[in-house]
Amino acid sequence: MKPLWPWQVLLFLVLFGLWYGLTETGILPPFFFGRPLIALQKVWEWFESGEMTRFSTSWVTIGHLWVTLIETVLAFVIGTVLGLAVGLWLALSPTASALLDPYVKAANSMPRVILAPIFAVWFGLGIWSKVALGVTLVFFIVFFNVYQGVKEVSPVVLANARMLGASARDLLRTVYLPSATSWVFSSLHTSVGMAFVGAVVGEYLGSARGVGYLILQSEAVFDINGVFAGIVILTAFALALDWLVTVAERRLLVWRPAPGETEPL
Amino acid sequence: MTAVAALALENISVTFAARGADAAAYTAVRDTTLVIERGEFVSVVGPTGCGKSTLLNVAAGLLAPSAGRVAVFGESLAGLNRKAGYLFQADALMPWRSARDNVAIGLLYHGASRADAYAKADDWLARVGLSGHGHRYPHQLSGGMKKRVALAQTLVMDPQILLMDEPFSALDVQTRQLMENELLELWSADRKSVVFITHDLEEAIALSDRVVVLSAGPATRPIGEYAIDLPRPRDVAEIRLTPRFVELHREIWDRMRDEVMKGYVQSQKVA
Repeated sequence: MKPLWPWQVLLFLVLFGLWYGLTETGILPPFFFGRPLIALQKVWEWFESGEMTRFSTSWVTIGHLWVTLIETVLAFVIGTVLGLAVGLWLALSPTASALLDPYVKAANSMPRVILAPIFAVWFGLGIWSKVALGVTLVFFIVFFNVYQGVKEVSPVVLANARMLGASARDLLRTVYLPSATSWVFSSLHTSVGMAFVGAVVGEYLGSARGVGYLILQSEAVFDINGVFAGIVILTAFALALDWLVTVAERRLLVWRPAPGETEPL
Repeated sequence: MTAVAALALENISVTFAARGADAAAYTAVRDTTLVIERGEFVSVVGPTGCGKSTLLNVAAGLLAPSAGRVAVFGESLAGLNRKAGYLFQADALMPWRSARDNVAIGLLYHGASRADAYAKADDWLARVGLSGHGHRYPHQLSGGMKKRVALAQTLVMDPQILLMDEPFSALDVQTRQLMENELLELWSADRKSVVFITHDLEEAIALSDRVVVLSAGPATRPIGEYAIDLPRPRDVAEIRLTPRFVELHREIWDRMRDEVMKGYVQSQKVA
């Protein structure tokens, strides 16, 4: 197949040109739709001034992008660990699973964003309220995948491990956990994305730092170009995260069969 | 006085509880007695769906019988049969572990050091003709290779009893005969007690010291036992051509044919 990326770049340029043309000519009012060049200028300014990527040990001066990144990573790690632990526990304990089933369903179907005000009250306007929101989003994805992963363990593999002398702990370590992790990895894209959503939405709803905060500030002064600039940065950042996940996935799931995979001699 | 048998199933019955309103309890095995002497290779043949695997699961301790007793070297079995290795019909390798890791896992479960476990694993991989393939994951191996890994995984534990549930049924004929010969060679080295489940009478005769024929299900029970007096060592491909093999085959098949027909009719009824 011919490489598609030139077309993808072209499509991007066309869309960007369309935006530029429509707002410059006034067909779309620039007050509501912003002006792409000014938005890009804003992006440049933010990075140039160090607002985005400044290293600092103080939460007041550290770059906004770092704040969002730290929140995302913390939410992802904590949410994944909790999801793994609770998922394994519920999958292996039918009583607990039956008892908690309605609560799990209720908690999952509830729109988690409404918890943001409560987290703000509990954890303040610092990073932890955003991390908490991200954790509630990541947790359920990981939890359901782990639960499924444990339930789908082949009974033959399980019986085989038992016949080979596996204790309950061995089974957890060498059968349930690897099976569950493979499911967690397959949902990695979604859960990293959710951690990111939690961080940004949390920031947007009340914060003092972070990319979401920048968007909120711009919106407050009707600086629509600032809002678009924030969106551009978030999008690029999300793409970078997704790429990292893909790389990690490729390394960690070597045992998984890929369709039509052959080995070069 | 004879020595204590390696494995004795005494008056085993297995009834599965009914699920759902209109289902009746299903008796898979009824009042079955089966004794495997030390170092004896016994094949159990029977029509499809007759409860052969159920019987083997009882012997392995994976399934508790509804009635009867399992004795392993004279001792009543409670829980898993720790003296037995089990070779499953389906793929039982852990897909997330390489061949080496799969073979070593049983020893690691039993607290062997990593160096020791992997040394033995490599040795067994070599014995089943897979040295150099240890780093591969199960999905990178062919069906025959997977079976070899599974065989190594079981035999590395040096079980005194080997339970095999149609282990080669998924293989093509050539690979299968190779595997059967390899199995016989490995077995003749230390003469474990083997229970070999199969639906293939030729395979049963070629491999065994004794063939037990089961009736059609439900409520399976043994209906015939035949000592196989063919000389060892055997080549499974060649022995099929000897007159004595043909004679034995005809004799056992005469007994089996009715049951196979019954099993067929039974399966038609259910469907």
